[in-house]
Amino acid sequence: MVYHGPAKLVVETDIGTGIREVDGFMIEVSHLTKYYGDFAAVKNLTFKLVPGEILGFLGPNGAGKSTTMKMVTGFLRPSSGEVRIWGSDVWQDGLTAQRHIGYLPEGAPAYEEMTPLGFLEFIADARGLTGVERANRMEETIDVMSLQDVLGQRIETLSKGFKRRVGLAQAILHDPDVLILDEPTDGLDPNQKHQVREMIKGLSRDKIVIVSTHILEEVTAVCNRAMVLAKGQIVSDGTPRSLMEMSPYHGAVTLKSSSASLTEIAEAAGSIMGVEETVITEGGVTIVPGEFDTTLFTKVLDLARSKGWTVDSLYVESGRLDDVFRSLTEGELQGEVQGEVQGEVR
Amino acid sequence: MSFAVIMKRELYGYFATPIAYVFIAIFLVLSGVFTFYLGNFYERQQADLIPFFNFHPWLYLFLIPAISMRLWSEERKSGTLELLMTLPLSRSAIVLGKFLAAWVFAGIALALTFPIWMTVNYLGDPDNGVIVASYLGSWMMAGGFLAIGSCMSALTKSQVIAFVLCSFVSLLFVMAGFPLVLDLVRGWLPLALIDMVASLSFLTHFTAVSRGVFSLQDFLYFISVIVVWLAATSIVLDMKKGA
Repeated sequence: MVYHGPAKLVVETDIGTGIREVDGFMIEVSHLTKYYGDFAAVKNLTFKLVPGEILGFLGPNGAGKSTTMKMVTGFLRPSSGEVRIWGSDVWQDGLTAQRHIGYLPEGAPAYEEMTPLGFLEFIADARGLTGVERANRMEETIDVMSLQDVLGQRIETLSKGFKRRVGLAQAILHDPDVLILDEPTDGLDPNQKHQVREMIKGLSRDKIVIVSTHILEEVTAVCNRAMVLAKGQIVSDGTPRSLMEMSPYHGAVTLKSSSASLTEIAEAAGSIMGVEETVITEGGVTIVPGEFDTTLFTKVLDLARSKGWTVDSLYVESGRLDDVFRSLTEGELQGEVQGEVQGEVR
Repeated sequence: MSFAVIMKRELYGYFATPIAYVFIAIFLVLSGVFTFYLGNFYERQQADLIPFFNFHPWLYLFLIPAISMRLWSEERKSGTLELLMTLPLSRSAIVLGKFLAAWVFAGIALALTFPIWMTVNYLGDPDNGVIVASYLGSWMMAGGFLAIGSCMSALTKSQVIAFVLCSFVSLLFVMAGFPLVLDLVRGWLPLALIDMVASLSFLTHFTAVSRGVFSLQDFLYFISVIVVWLAATSIVLDMKKGA
């Protein structure tokens, strides 16, 4: 599908996310497959991304996240399948597709002997930025990434955090429509992580962002879509919320009381209707429902009242991503979830 | 003119690191040593630069791979290749830009041997036309070595392997007209092809050049060597993308 002429009208509105799908303005990945010899690094990936979507690519090391990104950006040739960006095939018409993309490769490589300023000037040259636009973009990018103080220092002498920011700066310099970031916060301290996440969230709504990470909270903090890869395949695709809802702890209630012993609470709570399990932890007793139950909180509160316990804390969990992640990528949930996902591939 | 963008960055890279200075210093020292000690520059009592240029193929044989080995290997190893290849620049622009930067750099090193030219002019009355032609020929030959090296560097992420491969392939090209290489092919190649192999010799073409006979034929020979090996570089890079 090659895009000609002006934007067509909105063809579909996803009310849940408020994301608009405009014909042609999107990334389409179809049946993308990559073999290294006999080893299938990526198997038959198919998905579509529209402007406004911030996709979090999750998965253990070796799941195929970086390989997929390398194929989407045109660095690696797929064994089969194709990637279209704004209608241009990354392999047939790489230069057109690549103009839309800003890419931070794994490890944020940069020419270490250069200064950030020299490096960004080179990227601006390569991207064909000139005149006022160039000056504005340079200024804005340096500002967003807070690089003012290190502009004249060789990149090889910079801290890991600054190197990463230089890498991000080159990716956003030309204000790309598509931003592909391979582990953008890897090796950053918590403050820098926060900055990078804010930067990604601050991007305008008409961009597509793909972020790979194995930091789970990053997905809930930044993304509006989460895709979990394992062994080169999509094992889950949905909102970060839907991912959390897969957790057995989704809707679990944790109660802490100083007037009752943990085992006493656990025993009493275990008899509440629909409770599957009670787990004793340092923070109290976690009451896990067999199935998501909005009334569990009230039930537990009623129990505490009827027993006359003093309630120190009582809260509902939204789910534990690391459990979901583990079960998805280690194969427990895999069969079940794949079935679900296939039904709603977007 | 996207190749100019790459060329500019590459040249910057040479001079931002010690590579340029070390290379130029060693090149100048060695070319001096070869000329005066091995070439018997004074003893010959002739006002020409033949002993100087005669050693260039041998000097290039191990100095040029030192420049060319990093062309692609280093970028592949550090990951910047991924950055470079995903910029909206055509492959040929990148290959050409990198090569031209290395060639200009080699040209700078060569040009800095000018004191020897001044020396010979001070000592006698050489034919400066011949010397200019020889300089040009030597630079063309350096281009040939560099193009081979570019391709070898594209093959591997190890600079050491790139160096060794480049030296070896370059040696084959230098010696193509000599028994060392010809004996290898004499048994099984038809005569016409043996002649062709012989005509690929850098040395045959350069010997004429170093005596100031720089014909169009020699010029075209070195240009085609460059073009063929740069095309091979591009093919290797493409194959690596699919790997």
